[in-house]
Amino acid sequence: MEPKIRFQNVSYFYGDRPALRDVTLDIPPNAITVVFGPAGGGKTTLLRLINRLNDEVEGTRMTGHVLLDGQDVYAPGVDVPHLRRRVGMVFALPLPLPGTVRENILYGPKLAGVRDQARLDEILERSLRLAALWDEVKDRLDDPASRLSGGQQQRLCIARSLALEPEVLLLDEPTSGLDPISTGKVEEALQELKHQYTIVIVPHSVQQAARVADYAAFFLMGEGGMPAGPGPVHHPARPPY
Amino acid sequence: MRNRHRVQRLGFILLGVISLIVVLPILFVVGNIVVQGIGAINWEFLTAMPRNGMKEGGIFPAIVGTLLLVLGTAVVAIPVGIGGAIYLAEYARDTLWTRILRLAIINLAGVPSVVYGLFGLGLFVLFLQFGTSVLAGSLTLAIMTLPVIISTAEEALRAVPGEFRLVSASLGGTRWQGIRHIVLPQALPGIITGVILGLLRAAGETAPILFTAAAFYLPRIPRSLLEPTMALPYHLYVISTQVPGMPHRVQYGTALVLLTIVLSMNAVAAIIRSYFRRRREW
Repeated sequence: MEPKIRFQNVSYFYGDRPALRDVTLDIPPNAITVVFGPAGGGKTTLLRLINRLNDEVEGTRMTGHVLLDGQDVYAPGVDVPHLRRRVGMVFALPLPLPGTVRENILYGPKLAGVRDQARLDEILERSLRLAALWDEVKDRLDDPASRLSGGQQQRLCIARSLALEPEVLLLDEPTSGLDPISTGKVEEALQELKHQYTIVIVPHSVQQAARVADYAAFFLMGEGGMPAGPGPVHHPARPPY
Repeated sequence: MRNRHRVQRLGFILLGVISLIVVLPILFVVGNIVVQGIGAINWEFLTAMPRNGMKEGGIFPAIVGTLLLVLGTAVVAIPVGIGGAIYLAEYARDTLWTRILRLAIINLAGVPSVVYGLFGLGLFVLFLQFGTSVLAGSLTLAIMTLPVIISTAEEALRAVPGEFRLVSASLGGTRWQGIRHIVLPQALPGIITGVILGLLRAAGETAPILFTAAAFYLPRIPRSLLEPTMALPYHLYVISTQVPGMPHRVQYGTALVLLTIVLSMNAVAAIIRSYFRRRREW
């Protein structure tokens, strides 16, 4: 099976400090790949290299290749906004943009040039349903997003990414600020989503890794291994050396 | 123990007295101007041309002149100032060049206003041959106002959490789209406050327009941007020092009008600030 995302001997440095060291990693399509390990292991960096969100960070250096469907995302001439529409991202903290629930969801599609109102309404409902949030907010679409609960806000952020109909969804500790019930809802939503999307998630606990993983990659001090085989991961603490 | 309490009480009294010393002169100045000037304010004073060596009639052309100069300043300084702030806050990397730029802006804010006046005289009035005119005066005031607008707007932009830019980028927004749709609206109250404070200073200054725009006595509204104009601060200076036998009432009345314009702009700034602060979501 062709990997959706492939890291080929990727090393990455913030100044002189290495964040990733010669990482080679295949991420399979339509499955949940968990990237885990202790803090400072380069997990967030790994995710941000896929949608080039680290481009703006000054004083960084990268070697190796990151391939999406076999295409180098760092090749000259790559349309970065287009790449980011294909690769959605959800951050550790719920980060609703200023404005209403509706404005949050439709921010991306509108920038992408969708103008048709019926189409926008359709995107709104579809993405909120996918993120298992529709029933809770369908009567509050024009309320400020900041008035939702933390768990709802994080699912709103997932829905906001899905509104762009991406191929890949990157989640960086998406449940770290959430209570267990909200966490459960997010994890359930992910299980539904993996049939359509390639999901890469940095879990906020080993338990979560075990619950959601189809594949897993362990990162320590910037060195990561090939993902362990399919199936739930019960004993993930295999040292990388 | 007793001693320490006594020192504390003494400290409180001292601080109270100091606060009073700070506030009293302001109250005295404003009160004095209101009391002595209010008698001069009537419809004719606000809407008529000056007559009889400015001792009678109104100050209409000075009011209009000041409003024109502020408007001209706004037209030039707002786009340039906000554009500069966006560049500095959102695009400029931390290089030697941008550090020098920032240092220059900070220092410009401290340049005495009469120096701006001389600069305007040299550049706009003489070299570019705009003559003593509303245009030359507005440009001079705009340059004086720019550092205030740039530094407050830059601060307001920087106060918007960086995460919003990241989220916008992650949703396929270009950097400009993130600024345009998310950052600027959030920074707007701070920017507006800075703009109004800058324009307020422009409205009240005499020195920058002394050589560039102000007419000693010109009992009509300027017909084009290339004509000189009367303006409240300069008019006040003239009738206070240059015209013998000027009735006190007229001087204080003029001061009251100027003060009212400036203070009401200040009040507008405060209202805008508090309105947006209540709406802000972070």
